[in-house]
Amino acid sequence: MNKVLKILFFVLLIKPLVLVVLGLNIRGKNNLPQTGPAIIAANHNSHLDTLVLMSLYPLHLLHKIRPVAAADYFLSTPLRAWFALNIIGIIPLERKRRVARKELFSGCHKALDDEDILIIFPEGSRGRPEQISNIKKGLFYIVNERNDTPVIPVLMHGLGKALPKGEALLVPFNCDVVIGNLLPQAETAGDFVTQLEQTYHELKQYCITLNNETD
Amino acid sequence: MLNIPQNSLLIMLTVLALLVVASLFRLIIEKNHPEKDYTELRQRIQSWWWMIGILFACMSLGTQYTIILFAFISFLALKEFLSIVPTRQADRRIIFWAYLSIPLQYYFVSIQWYGMFIIFIPIYIFLFLPMRMVLTGETKGFIRAAGVMHWAIMLTVFCLSHIAYLLVLPEKNIDAGNIGLVIFLIFMTQFNDVCQYIWGKTLGKHPVIPKVSPNKTWEGFLGAMLTITLVAGFIGPYLTPLSIKLSLLAGLIINVSGFIGDVVVSAIKRDLEIKDSGALIPGHGGILDRFDSLIFTAPLFFHYLRYIAY
Repeated sequence: MNKVLKILFFVLLIKPLVLVVLGLNIRGKNNLPQTGPAIIAANHNSHLDTLVLMSLYPLHLLHKIRPVAAADYFLSTPLRAWFALNIIGIIPLERKRRVARKELFSGCHKALDDEDILIIFPEGSRGRPEQISNIKKGLFYIVNERNDTPVIPVLMHGLGKALPKGEALLVPFNCDVVIGNLLPQAETAGDFVTQLEQTYHELKQYCITLNNETD
Repeated sequence: MLNIPQNSLLIMLTVLALLVVASLFRLIIEKNHPEKDYTELRQRIQSWWWMIGILFACMSLGTQYTIILFAFISFLALKEFLSIVPTRQADRRIIFWAYLSIPLQYYFVSIQWYGMFIIFIPIYIFLFLPMRMVLTGETKGFIRAAGVMHWAIMLTVFCLSHIAYLLVLPEKNIDAGNIGLVIFLIFMTQFNDVCQYIWGKTLGKHPVIPKVSPNKTWEGFLGAMLTITLVAGFIGPYLTPLSIKLSLLAGLIINVSGFIGDVVVSAIKRDLEIKDSGALIPGHGGILDRFDSLIFTAPLFFHYLRYIAY
């Protein structure tokens, strides 16, 4: 039942919204992983980020795409929790409570063992519109424990204009989705963060909407 | 066929035949040169099939459908424009209002209210948006934001909606119908782009405005001027109420203004340091990359025609 609702939600609402109201300038679509286990590491500016990334996939793969999202926000009310867990299919992550790393990422590892494709926002939060905030190390600790999981960097730009943090009115804007090549393995968390920052910076040159902001 | 006047139908079939020729040509050179990559050419021709297919389908269905199609094209063009130019976070709500001008403008077209159609954006929207901007209270960057937004709406909504108004003018050439006017404008404009490219490729040496568009040459421009003026003189009387002489002049207007539209959009992209304005049309780029010339030819052809023939 939930699976049907999920497909209807994407067919009737999200796909038309992404295609018509937003409009994507996609670069490097062939780099998008088609089979799990894999992790998409995207920058985060808007609630639309997750929906846009999921909409890139055909309907029969939707249930394999699992966004990792903050438990404190998405599980805060019963309705929001039902929607996040059943329609979007998030893997909740405890940001606020102090828990052991192993327990913290157990949901992610289980999904990767099931050959799911995870969407992770390594900045941890949406932050200020159209700016990349500090990249957290959590993603490195997940990948470092496994050797079967490629990380694909994705840079998005423009969605912070369409629906920024704290706004309810969605305004139509085109946005860039640039999918990079998989990240090379890193020795330390610090290296990993630097690499990802550099990759985002390189992917920026393929964006069309970079100048859409006055300062 | 569905109610298409015979002259227009014949030209539409000719265009489809040209597309078939282009597709066959692509297949043949792809077969003869298997080592080369013809992806872009293939995408370009496929996109032409889609664009012309959608246009012809809407025109066969009737005037209202074609008006809705152009309203939608205005929406895509305005969205693309506002996505690449600098705007302020504070202007999000004003931009939302700017989008609402599209259904109203095209509604005035559909009820043939010429007086309102022609002043709605240059006067009412022009005065309304800065008022709405004042209400948000953000004064930093106010002048630039007001200018950018009004320019965007003028180019993508006001100018492009002239194509739709051609459809509701009183019918003067019964054999072609008002569809004939739209076909004449769009195909002369696109053919002008093609001619400039071909003449420029074969003879081009002296760039017209090297700082903006190094590929646009005097040879290409003048060659296209000759070709377009003659072709317009030939098919103008067939598709429009204009005589041969007046059709020649219509061709000249489309040639010159099409060139200007092309380089103006090029200057915008150069300012923003981008190659394409979007990625909506594979092989072509964005909506503005394809409609750049039409933004300038549509109002100028419309008002020339309206002055001369109505």
